[in-house]
Amino acid sequence: MNIRIPFVHQQSAHCETGVMSNLLSHYGVPASESLVFGIGSGLFFGYFPFIRLNHLPLTAFRISTGGIMSRTAKRLKIGIRGEKFRSPEKAMDALDRKLEQQIPVGCRTGAYWLSYFPRRYRFHFNMHNLVVFGKEDDEYIISDPVFEEPVRCSRASLMKARFARGPLPPKGRMYYVHRVPEQPDFSGAVHKGMKEVCRTMLRAPGPFLGIKGIRYLARKMETWPEKLGEEKAALYLGQLIRMQEEIGTGGAGFRFIYAAFLQESAAIREDGRLQDLSETFTRVGDRWREFALLASRICKKRVPAAEGYPDMSAILRICADEEEKVLRDLAEVLKSNPVNKKELNVK
Amino acid sequence: MRKNDVPQDETKMNRGEKEIMYAVDEQGRYVQVQSRGWQPKDVANDQAWQVIEEDIVSEIRMIRSGKRSPLAFHMKKNLMNESLLAAYADLPRWRVKRHLRADIFRKLDAKLLDRYADIFGIAADELQNIPDISQGIYNDEIKFRNESAK
Repeated sequence: MNIRIPFVHQQSAHCETGVMSNLLSHYGVPASESLVFGIGSGLFFGYFPFIRLNHLPLTAFRISTGGIMSRTAKRLKIGIRGEKFRSPEKAMDALDRKLEQQIPVGCRTGAYWLSYFPRRYRFHFNMHNLVVFGKEDDEYIISDPVFEEPVRCSRASLMKARFARGPLPPKGRMYYVHRVPEQPDFSGAVHKGMKEVCRTMLRAPGPFLGIKGIRYLARKMETWPEKLGEEKAALYLGQLIRMQEEIGTGGAGFRFIYAAFLQESAAIREDGRLQDLSETFTRVGDRWREFALLASRICKKRVPAAEGYPDMSAILRICADEEEKVLRDLAEVLKSNPVNKKELNVK
Repeated sequence: MRKNDVPQDETKMNRGEKEIMYAVDEQGRYVQVQSRGWQPKDVANDQAWQVIEEDIVSEIRMIRSGKRSPLAFHMKKNLMNESLLAAYADLPRWRVKRHLRADIFRKLDAKLLDRYADIFGIAADELQNIPDISQGIYNDEIKFRNESAK
């Protein structure tokens, strides 16, 4: 069976948003990656010292896996159908049947078993997303959004990746678009997406989430060299840089993507204030980059720990302050430009 | 970040693969820009692999001194721990833990050996192959930098 669905592969920064953006474009809904990220309320911060990844505390710069996609689908009223499987063989057969019907299929996979991944990125990380849009002999043709060009992967290795084990196993999960509205309400969706981000970042309970989480991390970080020793503290930092920069974030832990989204929203909502907020948020992103740069210099022991860690905490506090200000302003903008009034104008 | 400031560092990580960054162009519009890499990311990625390598080296030493079974090497090489390996093998963790002991591993039957080999994508007799520390573990892209580990 040889199939190749005419699917446009567009490279993106992040896998989940890239898959969603490419799938939507395939069905005639032009939604950029950043728009998907914003509508799906992807922006987040969480520092979870009690959840360990390779013995190091987990830091998250985006909401949990699948969350962006499900919210975008809900808010744009896109019908997405998902399936989970027990049997790997059945999961592959189901994928083949969808391809035969000319339906591009999104799959959640682990990154470790994907043969086309460079060795340096191959970790047991079960939250990767890709679109399968063709098959040639034993190989699948895949639009993996973080790669420049479509890639190919053998059946055996894709099957293994779809049934990766460990935390959050994908269990062969696959999904496809089955219904698209004629006129998706971008304006309303954008509004809802921004509102939820303001809520989680500004008002989530407990010390670990949102702006409070950034400040909590700043506080903890100051104690790292003394509490953990310099070696271990450097590992904590390294992990933090990787979460912020390595896992396809578009730079600065998704802060730049969000700034791009705010800019797009300014046009969609016809509200110039959002453009101003986008510019401010870009500067917040620049701060996060400074943070990563300094962190890497500490890891390389180019900056003494005694000065480095307090400096890093100071940058984090500035990030927290500036991010808080943008989001509070954003909340104000949302209040003064409610979605209902706009809808009245349209209808 | 401005478009011109998007780092294009020559790094070990990206080997020609470029990734997307978001940056502002001359007119203030957000655009996607391909980036070849950024040094700080490389530092962090390097650091993670170094920890893995050190872990593997100490594992090989224990195997050579007869404390651990070759399974321990393959587990670490594939970045697994006991619970992850147990999940792949569909075995309780305590059994995998026992199989990491050299004396118990020697007595394993062919069926279990096949199951383990299958997980790692190698033939069952390759399970016994433990490289010399000086050879390097990952022959393709990652080499041992830790020469003193010999």
